[in-house]
Amino acid sequence: MATYLEFIQQNEERDGVRFSWNVWPSSRLEATRMVVPLACLLTPLKERPDLPPVQYEPVLCSRPTCKAILNPLCQVDYRAKLWACNFCFQRNQFPPAYAGISEVNQPAELMPQFSTIEYVIQRGAPSPLIFLYVVDTCLEDDDLQALKESLQMSLSLLPPDALVGLITFGRMVQVHELSCEGISKSYVFRGTKDLTAKQIQDMLGLTKPAMPVQPMRPAQPQERPSVSSRFLQPIHKIDMNLTDLLGELQRDPWPVPQGKRPLRSTGVALSIAVGLLEGTFPNTGARIMLFTGGPPTQGPGMVVGDELKVPIRSWHDIEKDNARFMKKATKHYEMLANRTAANGHCIDIYACALDQTGLLEMKCCPNLTGGYMVMGDSFNTSLFKQTFQRIFSKDFNGNFRMAFGATLEVKTSRELKVAGAIGPCVSLNVKGPCVSENELGVGGTSQWKICGLDPTTTLGIYFEVVNQHNAPIPQGGRGAIQFVTHYQHSSTQRRIRVTTVARNWADVQSQLKHIEAAFDQEAAAVLMARLGVFRAETEEGPDVLRWLDRQLIRLCQKFGQYNKEDPMSFRLSDSFSLYPQFMFHLRRSPFLQVFNNSPDESSYYRHHFARQDLTQSLIMIQPILYSYSFHGPPEPVLLDSSSILADRILLMDTFFQIVIYLGETIAQWRKAGYQDMPEYENFKHLLQAPLDDAQEILQARFPMPRLDFFCPK
Amino acid sequence: MNVNQSAPPVPPFGQPQPVYPGYHQSSYGGQPGSTAAPTPYGAYNGPVPGYQQTPPPGVSRAPASSGAPPASTAQGPCGQTAYGQFGQGDVQNGPSSGVQMQRLPGSQPFASAPLAPVVSQPAVLQPYGPPPTSAQVTAQLAGMQISGAVAPAPPASGLGYGSPTSLASASGSFPNSGLYGSYPQGQAPPLGQGHPGAQPPQRSVPPQASSFTPPASGGPRMPSMTGPLLPGQSFGGPPVSQPNHVSSPPPQALPPGTQMTGPPGPPPPMHSSQQPGYQLQQNGSFGPARGPQSNYGSPYPGAATFGSQPGPPQPLPPKRLDPDAIPSPQLNELPPQQKTRHRIDPDAIPSPIQVIEDDRNNRGSEPFVTGVRGQVPPLVTTNFLVKDQGNASPRYIRCTSYNIPCTSDMAKQAQVPLAAVIKPLARLPPEEASPYVVDHGESGPLRCNRCKAYMCPFMQFVEGGRRFQCCFCSCINDVPPQYFQHLDHTGKRVDAYDRPELSLGSYEFLATVDYCKNNKFPIPPAFIFMIDVSYNAVRSGLVRLLCEELKSLLDFLPREGGAEESAIRVGFVTYNKVLHFYNVKSSLAQPQMMVVSDVGDMFVPLLDGFLVNVSESRAVITSLLDQIPEMFADTRETETVFAPVVQAGMEALKAAECAGKLFLFHTSLPIAEAPGKLKNRDDRKLINTDKEKTLFQPQSGAYQTLAKECVAQGCCVDLFLFPNQYVDVATLSVVPQLTGGSVYKYACFQVENDQERFLSDLRRDVQKVVGFDAVMRVRTSTGIRAVDFFGAFYMSNTTDVELAGLDGDKTVTVEFKHDDRLNEENGALLQCALLYTSCAGQRRLRIHNLALNCCTQLADLYRNCETDTLINYMAKFAYRGVLSSPVKTVRDTLITQCAQILACYRKNCASPSSAGQLILPECMKLLPVYLNCVLKSEVLQPGAEVTTDDRAYVRQLVTSMDVAETNVFFYPRLLPLTKSPIENTTEPPAVRASEERLSNGDIYLLENGLNLFLWVGASVQQGVVQSLFGVSSFSQITSGLSVLPVLDNLLSKKVRGLIDSLRAQRSRYMKLIVVKQEDKLEMLFKHFLVEDKSLSGGASYVDFLCHMHKEIRQLLS
Repeated sequence: MATYLEFIQQNEERDGVRFSWNVWPSSRLEATRMVVPLACLLTPLKERPDLPPVQYEPVLCSRPTCKAILNPLCQVDYRAKLWACNFCFQRNQFPPAYAGISEVNQPAELMPQFSTIEYVIQRGAPSPLIFLYVVDTCLEDDDLQALKESLQMSLSLLPPDALVGLITFGRMVQVHELSCEGISKSYVFRGTKDLTAKQIQDMLGLTKPAMPVQPMRPAQPQERPSVSSRFLQPIHKIDMNLTDLLGELQRDPWPVPQGKRPLRSTGVALSIAVGLLEGTFPNTGARIMLFTGGPPTQGPGMVVGDELKVPIRSWHDIEKDNARFMKKATKHYEMLANRTAANGHCIDIYACALDQTGLLEMKCCPNLTGGYMVMGDSFNTSLFKQTFQRIFSKDFNGNFRMAFGATLEVKTSRELKVAGAIGPCVSLNVKGPCVSENELGVGGTSQWKICGLDPTTTLGIYFEVVNQHNAPIPQGGRGAIQFVTHYQHSSTQRRIRVTTVARNWADVQSQLKHIEAAFDQEAAAVLMARLGVFRAETEEGPDVLRWLDRQLIRLCQKFGQYNKEDPMSFRLSDSFSLYPQFMFHLRRSPFLQVFNNSPDESSYYRHHFARQDLTQSLIMIQPILYSYSFHGPPEPVLLDSSSILADRILLMDTFFQIVIYLGETIAQWRKAGYQDMPEYENFKHLLQAPLDDAQEILQARFPMPRLDFFCPK
Repeated sequence: MNVNQSAPPVPPFGQPQPVYPGYHQSSYGGQPGSTAAPTPYGAYNGPVPGYQQTPPPGVSRAPASSGAPPASTAQGPCGQTAYGQFGQGDVQNGPSSGVQMQRLPGSQPFASAPLAPVVSQPAVLQPYGPPPTSAQVTAQLAGMQISGAVAPAPPASGLGYGSPTSLASASGSFPNSGLYGSYPQGQAPPLGQGHPGAQPPQRSVPPQASSFTPPASGGPRMPSMTGPLLPGQSFGGPPVSQPNHVSSPPPQALPPGTQMTGPPGPPPPMHSSQQPGYQLQQNGSFGPARGPQSNYGSPYPGAATFGSQPGPPQPLPPKRLDPDAIPSPQLNELPPQQKTRHRIDPDAIPSPIQVIEDDRNNRGSEPFVTGVRGQVPPLVTTNFLVKDQGNASPRYIRCTSYNIPCTSDMAKQAQVPLAAVIKPLARLPPEEASPYVVDHGESGPLRCNRCKAYMCPFMQFVEGGRRFQCCFCSCINDVPPQYFQHLDHTGKRVDAYDRPELSLGSYEFLATVDYCKNNKFPIPPAFIFMIDVSYNAVRSGLVRLLCEELKSLLDFLPREGGAEESAIRVGFVTYNKVLHFYNVKSSLAQPQMMVVSDVGDMFVPLLDGFLVNVSESRAVITSLLDQIPEMFADTRETETVFAPVVQAGMEALKAAECAGKLFLFHTSLPIAEAPGKLKNRDDRKLINTDKEKTLFQPQSGAYQTLAKECVAQGCCVDLFLFPNQYVDVATLSVVPQLTGGSVYKYACFQVENDQERFLSDLRRDVQKVVGFDAVMRVRTSTGIRAVDFFGAFYMSNTTDVELAGLDGDKTVTVEFKHDDRLNEENGALLQCALLYTSCAGQRRLRIHNLALNCCTQLADLYRNCETDTLINYMAKFAYRGVLSSPVKTVRDTLITQCAQILACYRKNCASPSSAGQLILPECMKLLPVYLNCVLKSEVLQPGAEVTTDDRAYVRQLVTSMDVAETNVFFYPRLLPLTKSPIENTTEPPAVRASEERLSNGDIYLLENGLNLFLWVGASVQQGVVQSLFGVSSFSQITSGLSVLPVLDNLLSKKVRGLIDSLRAQRSRYMKLIVVKQEDKLEMLFKHFLVEDKSLSGGASYVDFLCHMHKEIRQLLS
């Protein structure tokens, strides 16, 4: 099946798409019997260094309900200058600009290698990127210091014309005005009071052109910019100001009595940040970056009271329905997340604390808006510092690896409907002919909004075959799917990336082998895992496990070869062989098991699982274990204690954590200092090899994994 | 005293009546010796014109007040309608009036008669002269009054005035002056009468006890009272002293007389009616004219009679006062004609100026030693030193009476309110030591176990010093061993004089931690400056001015003792419809501003760096104060909030766990959407309706609630208002009022005009020593109890006065009621204990003790009263009353109470006299005039130009005024500037607040503690105008000028010096307004001439006196 593997890999590289099935069962009934749904993992902004964007706008199908984009799969009549839409079969005239079109003079979007193509839209004024820092000041001094330094450092990484804003919070919430000379100014809000967006905007003076403190010269045309600019300023203008301001940030001054937690108004701070952007820059790319060092302890969104003797909720409490604040807090943050998403902004959470910080309640903020969630022990760790730094990393073109305010539209040919998506997105509730009634993940729509995304952001998109059994598709027929992603590029351009893919239909009865062979078990495992994790958010853990088991059994039933009553006779074809193993690991993964994990950790893991691409997802499901020894080159070994040998070094990558484990003998050698002796240089190399590999992983991964080093005494 | 007054008239009169001069002079001459008359005379001479005017008013009133009926009958004969009126005035004198009436007709007769009387009088006077010096003088007062009765003189004036008859017609009176010219001659006689009237001098005699008896003086009948001596004295007195009073007119004999007489001639009828009615004796001898009348009566009949009279009087002397009354009837019979004169002579009625002068002269020279129980201290207007020998200085406590009736029945009968006006933190002159601080260490102050009274000089040590008996509740307590001391043979502790708490009336204890909130020693207090930066505030220049001033003012925060630097921390807030807090922590490179827009739910956004030590954060503060005006220079925000601002300050103090004071600078009605939002509810139509009280009530209860919270936190609020229109002072002042703060109001503030006044007030307010988070408790001996309190404070129960802040200007008036019998032997004790936190954060107890006498005779009560204090109490009582009752009711209550007090005296203490005679107790002879001033004040009787805000403002100001302040506030001081020689650097003697006392060739200063006017007569010499204003003529003087040019000449320096010294005496800066005669601003000025009829309907002094007399007579009948 090398060909299919290559095909899959090729497709992934070109289009950023991996289907669970690469040959599609041609009827609804057959499709449902395949157990694993027809679905794909889509990485909308997969980096394509070889794909320069075209500088014009796409040609749309003229049928109002279709509006598919001209693509290589369309039939073109060069003479008549007509093209037929491959989704609705509408025949369309080329626009006048295409007058010179011919077989030998094709526009890029018609060439097969441009099944994925990116258009740059020239219309509309570019709007700057916005970064709004929301900073917790209830931190230990060294933590705060480290955070301040990180933030100051980040200023130098931001695009110079980006707008930045600063909100700090503790017992109160302060919105800092950045353009003041001689006096630093901030608006202060009580941390206990839930305010509506309108109230917030009123209080910040955003609703009226004439602000009390705003110099009022005769009606200024640029009133609006000046209003919003009080809180959000181009970085190049207020670089120094903001650096000083950050430098002067003090710990929350309110006394924290013995036995109490500091009062932390995260909920209100976030609400104000959302309200501020909502009032000033709706539908413009913006990141709200929340840095918090502990759980919200007051006001709306509080997760735990300030009594230290009452610990923050655990899974146990949640099961016992003993988490008093959880529901209310969750509701608060969900409301915020939905508003943020509606405005096209995203929320990042950087939570660094030894204890939980309420990610469980707040998870929806990054989850629904495509923001990042980073969890660490302290801001004063390289884990946080480097992770944070990596957010501002740039691609080969010198552009930030981030995009904003994307909408993803899925169009399907008639035999298919789209059932839903799982990933950092929210539904835009666009009904259409290609929307399935059955929902998998976030469904009921053909468009989703992804407020923040990067080149690795990956969504699982689930389809339903709707073709009836009695209406067979002619041999050689292909089903097509078009993914259209509108987004704001980090260069502030609006862009549209279009990916059009097609797969063959096959009749299950006659061509099951084909279909089997075209099964992508890795993609399938991840897609099923996403479904499982998605369910786990709302259902009891055991139910999800049972469902997974049932699916696995059904799959094996369908595709396994076995003799009844003879377990030993069970065989799965190569294309399925790894799937049960993935499921095994998935069952015991932290994505589905909460034992030994705090609710925050579970939320954290699930967050990342729902947005990473296939490779990373697989690592999460089934950690990689490499062995290094003098017996040969590094090799993967079983995830089993039997893999621990005295003369081996093991490197385990669980995505969130990298562990290097020295075998007993190796450890003794190392202790004896052989690595420093010239004659044992090979030992030095052996010690170094896993470190180098780990370093490589560390360099590439976001968020930075934790690196642990074990060696038995 | 009176002399002075009388003097003024002189000029005009003088000419006319050469004879009188002689008298006067002679008499005066004598007098001078006795009293400081001489100088006064000079002054008076000037005034003369004024006098003329006055008479008329008196006349007019007389009619009204007096029971017309009787008079009318008498008048009937006269046939003159005008008289008829007077007759009424006379009613009291009923008969007399009639007589007078008759007289009037025969103006000539008077003339003749007068002469005779004059003669007689002089004689009388002389006799008095000698005695006058003695206390008896007071008694003579009564006589004086009688002499007032002599009013006959007034008739003369009355004539002149006659035209003016109407109260209002002061001007009318002038015309009379012209008449006077002619009258003079005729008047001559009157003068004589005037003198008699002058006799009032007896008042000067005032000497307390005598005063009562003296009444007889008026009528020789008095004899009974004063006894023989009195008569003699009285007589003598009269000449001297009387001259002063009554005579004042007479002194210049001529003038006064002239006035009196002169007017009488023509107007006589008029006057006669009125004057007769009122013979003012100390004891309210108004009506009494009779005394004189009697005399006159006889005199009239024949010149001989006069002569005889004198004779008789002498014998009679003792009874005089009464005599007057009694005689009146006779008089009536005899000289209906004489009586015609009965109009009241303004100079004959008790003069505040005279009383003040007398007290100054008599009591100002030696220290007031507080060792003796129940001593009446000198008047507040007198400069005196106090030596604390066991009772609190009158600077701390003044009582309405220093002799309390033993039983509640007596108290009820007398209707004299028993009240103490307490100013616990009063500032003392440098010569007097401030209270010693006693530190009893950890055990704290020693107190009675039962009533918790603090150790004081009145505690009795018994059993060899091992125990002490509480002087308040008689409980026997053990003396703690560390406090034990042996007693000497008199039962006094040997160390009594080493311990302030055993030998002094006022002292302080250091409080122990038990006396502190939450059992924690307090943190030094903080000042928070909260500045309105809305459009109005910025435009008027206020913000810039204030910020500039604060920079330097912060160096002068109050500090304790010799501390190098104030312990007080400061914070800053600005606001319009949102609040801006400032972080001025010393470590910051620049201040931080924190905006709180959530005014609906105010909170303090920062803790650290809000309240800072000035010297540590100086750079940041300076930078802040530089920037505030810049930041808001272009503001367009006009709306403001108020309650959230106060709340913010209070919360800030709460967060800092300290007490403190908010300085709020506010410009407009808070109409922005926020708690405490107000609407414009100013409605002048409500005036004089039952709903008028709502104008004084706060719009919503929110402010009271807020104030309560402030008090709990020890947060005192001082409010500076800069309104351009209605701001609802009644509501906004609730918080300052309940937290012991002050309100300052600068209507239509303009930097150029009001800068000086505002800055001066601000400086004073910021620098003054304040006690914080105070609780005051007044304990009394068994038998009386503090039942009511007036002032700027809050009370959550019935005994503890809670003061978030208390400064040296704030006064608490406490009313006492009986709940049991007192006994004469033990007297009554008051102990006022004030627990407070000093500026440095020290918790202290200040104790004031005062012992009062108790009496079983009402006369003792009336002999030991203090009218100024009484007025203080009554004003506060009335001003509180307007919150709950229609203003008219309040006014009526005041009048009734006053009438009852005086009637009770008349009934129980004065020797019997005719009902027509008004007899006033010596100590209360000014009660009517002062009370009239209270009744006419803008709160109780607003003029058209008085805004609702002004009334509310004054109302709350008066609530915490001390006695000196109310005294001058209600009866302004009018100082002639050009009467005395330029070289004379002492403050010129005041003249009575009446237009008649103004001469158009002079310049006067008028002040009432809030306002300061410089009145320039139309015919002032050019030289004077030049040297004072730097312009060449009267017409070039800018009306409304508020600053005198600095010119290098004696007069200019003197006047400016005088203005400065006046300002220094008052707790608020008085802005000067230059008023030119006949200018439209003069209306404003005239409002303060409180003896005249006011435009808003307030009665003139004379009218009111008549009215009061009528009331009294009704009560007596």
